[in-house]
Amino acid sequence: MTTVRVRFATLLLAAVPVAVVGVFFVYPVVGLVARGFWPDGAFAPTEVLDVLGRSRVHRVLWFTLWSAGLATLLAVVLGLPLAFVLHRLRFPGRGFLRALVLVPFVLPTVVVGVAFRQLTAPRGILGGLHLDGSAAAIVAALVFFNVSVVVRTVGAFWEALDPRAEQAAAALGASPRQVFGTVTLPALVPGIVSAASVVFLFCATAFGVVLTMGGLRYANIETEIYLLTTQELDLSGAAALSILQLVVITVLLVVASRVRRDPAPLQRAQSAARPPRLRDLPVLVAAGLVVAFLLLPMASMVLASLQQPVGWGLANYRALATPGDDNALLVPALVGLRNSLAIAVVATALSLGLGAVVAGLVSRRPRTATGRRVAGLFDGLFMLPLGVSAVTLGFGFLITLDHPPIDLRTSPLLIPVAQAMVALPLVVRIVAPVLRSVDPRQREAAASLGAGPLRVLLAVDLPVAWRPLLAAAGFAFAVSLGEFGATSFLARSDNPTLPVVIYRLISHPGALNLGMAMAASCLLAATTAAAILLVERLRIDSVGTF
Amino acid sequence: MRSRIRRSSRLVTGLAASTATLLALTGCAALGGEPDSNASKTVVVATHDSWNMPDDLIAQFEEQTGLTVRIQPQGDAGQLTNKLVLTKDDPIADMEYGVDNTFASRAVDNGVLQDADVDTPPSVDAHRLDGAGHDQLVPIDYSDVCVNVDDTWFAEHHRTPPRTLADLTRPAYRGLFVTPGASSSSPGMAFLLATIARYGDQWPSYWRKLMANETLVTSGWTDAYEVDFTGGGGKHGTRPIVLSYSSSPPFTIPEGATRPTTSALLDTCFRQVEYAGVLAGAANPAGARKFIEFMTQRRFQSALPDNMYVYPVLDSAEVPEDWSRWAPTAPDPYQVPADEVAANRSRWLTTWRDIVTG
Repeated sequence: MTTVRVRFATLLLAAVPVAVVGVFFVYPVVGLVARGFWPDGAFAPTEVLDVLGRSRVHRVLWFTLWSAGLATLLAVVLGLPLAFVLHRLRFPGRGFLRALVLVPFVLPTVVVGVAFRQLTAPRGILGGLHLDGSAAAIVAALVFFNVSVVVRTVGAFWEALDPRAEQAAAALGASPRQVFGTVTLPALVPGIVSAASVVFLFCATAFGVVLTMGGLRYANIETEIYLLTTQELDLSGAAALSILQLVVITVLLVVASRVRRDPAPLQRAQSAARPPRLRDLPVLVAAGLVVAFLLLPMASMVLASLQQPVGWGLANYRALATPGDDNALLVPALVGLRNSLAIAVVATALSLGLGAVVAGLVSRRPRTATGRRVAGLFDGLFMLPLGVSAVTLGFGFLITLDHPPIDLRTSPLLIPVAQAMVALPLVVRIVAPVLRSVDPRQREAAASLGAGPLRVLLAVDLPVAWRPLLAAAGFAFAVSLGEFGATSFLARSDNPTLPVVIYRLISHPGALNLGMAMAASCLLAATTAAAILLVERLRIDSVGTF
Repeated sequence: MRSRIRRSSRLVTGLAASTATLLALTGCAALGGEPDSNASKTVVVATHDSWNMPDDLIAQFEEQTGLTVRIQPQGDAGQLTNKLVLTKDDPIADMEYGVDNTFASRAVDNGVLQDADVDTPPSVDAHRLDGAGHDQLVPIDYSDVCVNVDDTWFAEHHRTPPRTLADLTRPAYRGLFVTPGASSSSPGMAFLLATIARYGDQWPSYWRKLMANETLVTSGWTDAYEVDFTGGGGKHGTRPIVLSYSSSPPFTIPEGATRPTTSALLDTCFRQVEYAGVLAGAANPAGARKFIEFMTQRRFQSALPDNMYVYPVLDSAEVPEDWSRWAPTAPDPYQVPADEVAANRSRWLTTWRDIVTG
């Protein structure tokens, strides 16, 4: 009787996020891909298959795989020391640094593209490295954007890790390196795999970076879909590439879930942050170098924002309340910021609500093989939005969500919904690994003592999940603030978000407009950092309640 | 045992409530569209991201006519056209503005538009297309995509700036030219079309020479102009020749000075004309017609240069003084017929991409 009830509740719980992702993601994407297979109403799969045989498509696929793979590897390698320093050590200014590290993730790619190119162009500071227009520059920019994902995801996991196993190993005579290699790293693997799979998806679907940094010499599947759909209206080609994208993602998810499968349950404790010691020096140096790498393009951006037609000053910032040089804007940048914030609040709430449900469900360990398979599918479904082209989704919205009862093409609600789709997988990836490592026996014990499912949730899961949940909230907020791809498809001219405003400024001539775009980007960066700091502050205040 | 059941049923109730909320949310959004009775009061305009006309101008039109105008940007001219084609059975708007002469045939051939039935003065008619598009697409504005040079740089280096497309392949200008690419940028496409108009079937060989002369191809205009061009916003540029617009030079008049530091080469230009049209199956074709008419009138036309950096098609419209002095249009720009562009676009882009990406 009760198991039936519980199973029913689980199904109902699962139905909500499935319905949302089904309507706002699967349906539009399938709709557009189907157009490619049925070009004039008649089923013509050969055209799609022909596209897969083109040698250009093979080149594009290969570039996508190796650039994303390499960038993921580098982001993990660079992100780990930083995750350790920011989440296991305690020092003044840590909260600020945590927020700062997250900033690159939200910066508009157009602006970072220009900032990066100003560094790597022949006359830039790094001009001597001849990186301009090279594949190395693309990979560097991808790493720049994604290190924060690793820091955040692995950091949240690391923070919740009980330090006593490490202490025990050390007490038994293991060197710090041995402790890391034999105790810490294996325990971190699920978190790292989670982060790496998200980063890989981000890199494999990177769009603005590849276009700007690659100077057209390089193309990945995403830029190719963009060109085929928006410029050539070759839907068969776009469908073929979308399917290729789905295949890549599926393979990735299967591999990731194999690696991640059944991590040993961990004993958890309160935050174990400690002050830095002398033996942390190598890690601190490594983390410092990574921070410097993240700061360089941002510094270049700040400098550009302070550059006036004559000399230096805050003219660009003062101009943010105006429509710009020769009315480049319909709406002042500050209004754009207000729109962004309002949308971000809704998007964060949506993604956090759905994400918590999904994370809770995927972290349960079903007893039957079928149950596990269903749980795996369920998990994968919510990763898909990260790996599918924003162009495909945007065009899919247009041709599918156009009939009552869901005529949403012009609804302002579509923007936070679309952003929540992007943030949802991140919320799941941050929260699920932590929940999954809760020993199921704790839940069983609670249940056998008479606690209902809700009580188990509150007494067992929440004490472990509140940290990653808050971390995820900050991340989701940041994602929403910086989201450009889907938003630019959906924003109306009278309610643009800040990234949309920045894009407009930077695509109009005029020195003041470029300066204002840089200033607006700095404002976006500062707002993001402030939001993250606020979340961090909430975390500290709430320590006492548990 | 009892209490456990009660708890889980409370959970179920909560879930049911949240599902209902969610459905209500999507339901509300579905109802958020304009009710049918209001359709004749609203004109929905699908346009490109560059739309930037002042609110008070639109308010004037709304006051005059009692109509409400809703502007919906849909990406660049290519995205706009493709979205119109994809949604032609259930149009996203009443009218479009922003389909240009490089995409016009795609819109016309796919039956996206109906006859506009808007009478326009001869200076506007002069920009109309030939063939089926003639009555469907009403010209609104145009711009000349031209090679620009940094005169200051050339003066400082005691060198003569180039004048023609052919000059760009000469050793004297090796490594000095930067252009956005044709596959990802609409001025880039215009430049490719200029070279096709100039060299005919021989254009691939011109582009090979251009690439051999160390031309840099970027993805977008912003990159080319603001990063690589010496006369642009950034201070790191190394290339004094860039592809931009004939209207770009006035933006380079330094603070306190009277003349720009750059100029456009008027023998290298391709003319882009932008059109407005009534969509087939529009809910409010009459309102769309009225707005298109308004767009071709003097007040709207005179506001175009300052707000959207394009020239008005109406010859009696006012043009800012800076523009008439420093941004003249090309006397004899290159042109490629719209149907030829439509027929060859894919093939040209593939060939171009192979040459440029090597």
